[in-house]
Amino acid sequence: MSVFVLIEQFNGRAAPVSWEALGAAQQLAEAVGGPVTAVVFGHNVGDMAQAAFAHGADDVLLADHATLASYRLEPYAALLAGLVEAHKPRVVVAGATTRGRDVLGSAAFDVGAGLLADVTALDVADGAIQATRPVYAGKLLSTEVSAADVTFITVRARAFQAPEPDPGRRAEPVTVSPVLSEDEIVTKEARFEGAAGGVSLTDAAIIVSGGRAVGSPEGFAPLHALADVLGAAVGATRAAVDAGYIPYAHQVGQTGKVVSPDLYIACGISGAIQHQAGMRTAKVIVAINKDPDAPIFKLARYGIVGDLFEIVPALTQAFRAKLGR
Amino acid sequence: MHIVTITKSTPDTAAPVEVDAAGNVTWGDAPVVVNPWDEYAIEEALRLREAHGGSVTVISVGPELDNDALKHGVAMGCDAPLRIWDDALDGADAFGLARAAAAAIAQMGDVALVITGKEAVDVNTDALHLGLARALGWPALTFVSRIVEIDPEARTITIERLIEEGRQVVASRLPAVLSVVKDINEPRYPSFKGVRIAARTEIPVRSLADLGLSGDEVGGAAARTRRTAIYNPPQEAAALELIAAGSAAEAASLLVDKLIAEGVV
Repeated sequence: MSVFVLIEQFNGRAAPVSWEALGAAQQLAEAVGGPVTAVVFGHNVGDMAQAAFAHGADDVLLADHATLASYRLEPYAALLAGLVEAHKPRVVVAGATTRGRDVLGSAAFDVGAGLLADVTALDVADGAIQATRPVYAGKLLSTEVSAADVTFITVRARAFQAPEPDPGRRAEPVTVSPVLSEDEIVTKEARFEGAAGGVSLTDAAIIVSGGRAVGSPEGFAPLHALADVLGAAVGATRAAVDAGYIPYAHQVGQTGKVVSPDLYIACGISGAIQHQAGMRTAKVIVAINKDPDAPIFKLARYGIVGDLFEIVPALTQAFRAKLGR
Repeated sequence: MHIVTITKSTPDTAAPVEVDAAGNVTWGDAPVVVNPWDEYAIEEALRLREAHGGSVTVISVGPELDNDALKHGVAMGCDAPLRIWDDALDGADAFGLARAAAAAIAQMGDVALVITGKEAVDVNTDALHLGLARALGWPALTFVSRIVEIDPEARTITIERLIEEGRQVVASRLPAVLSVVKDINEPRYPSFKGVRIAARTEIPVRSLADLGLSGDEVGGAAARTRRTAIYNPPQEAAALELIAAGSAAEAASLLVDKLIAEGVV
């Protein structure tokens, strides 16, 4: 029995977590036996099918159609459910992105699958799929098993290893047709306003994050400068977002994004428990804070007690000099 | 316009949650609160009622603990609370709960919009509102950061979704299921009058039989996933190293050397 993996793309670019999901799918396929089938939806996305082969997919099901050009839940979920009914995979994996969670959650309901969402580790024991999921905003870990014939799994970004691509590995995808016609789809995309760009928080290997002590929207400028040198994303606490210093899309924590970078540089962040919930699994945490008693120092590997407006520009200078950027 | 919003009680987000020696999840004597994401959903439902008329029903599918969240909804201004519970729902998965909620909403007959929070902070799943939309056969509009326009007469809605790459504006038909993110509004505090009304509001409870469902269809017996363990994450002592140096430049230089040695940049 096969393992499906949904490869997400936006404007022809794959979501990095999709390749991590493919890595997780390979791990499961090894345990349950059977090929890894990549599923690609979109319009003019033949390149994405080849990228899936390059990343190690055994087969690709490609639905390339105008109704799938911009993401909409209804046609994507109906098509995935249809493919699952037709091909009977044992497992369906995707990244736990806004799209992945929506499409798998909806299609899982349609086909009567078990759903394990936002998973950070997977295991197969006695033929049963067992997942580890953070719950209570990461304060606890839960082990859950699926008793269903087919199990849908979304994996958290940066929890699984993406396979190394081999561009020479090419094959022919199997073309499939959409299930819903445009007339049957009640949602229509009116327009899309792209974000200012930059690195996605959940995919970022490095995050430079600011708290209330940043003090103003202008106060984030030195953090952005440091992030630019490091190729990092910029995060923020709820306090900084609620004060209007930076948009909500940057919020890390219990009511924001949960991130797991290699390096998290917390600037002027006291470390409220709700913020910790969003970043505590970072590999190395650096805390820069005037208050030596700030709770963030209890999580941090390295700390500097001092004014972020002196330390952060000095860090930017030092990285620039030592990394030659 | 009849709007339904769905909520549940969760431990206060500031509470340390842990698994005790007996294996139970505990949060000490910290109170339960309305699931923080749901406050935005309740607020948006109330704003729509204020702009377009109608009523707001706040429902939960859960045990008595959820009365706190339902009363919070009433205190904020919801017209009617409803709790769905049945012993057979113990151990149900999110899709079972979704089917129960869908049956209650279908019974109401006149619901134009269901608004939920993005997810529940305790179990961190968003499967309930997705399953609900599928069970009702309504479109799910998720991660909504703004309602651009809504026309209850023409039964149309246009919303903005906050997703990884930006903001997607989507037009849809009503009825629909919406899940909202924090960006959408600033939830109100319950008024003194609202708290008094909530205190004397009896919360009706409906069983699976009332909804024409059985435990075999939606209850613990029908669950496709189940939890086999819950535990405290391993505590790694971070072994803080404080970088103390004469100047910011010196401290920065020392730190950068260490981070390069760690291989994280």
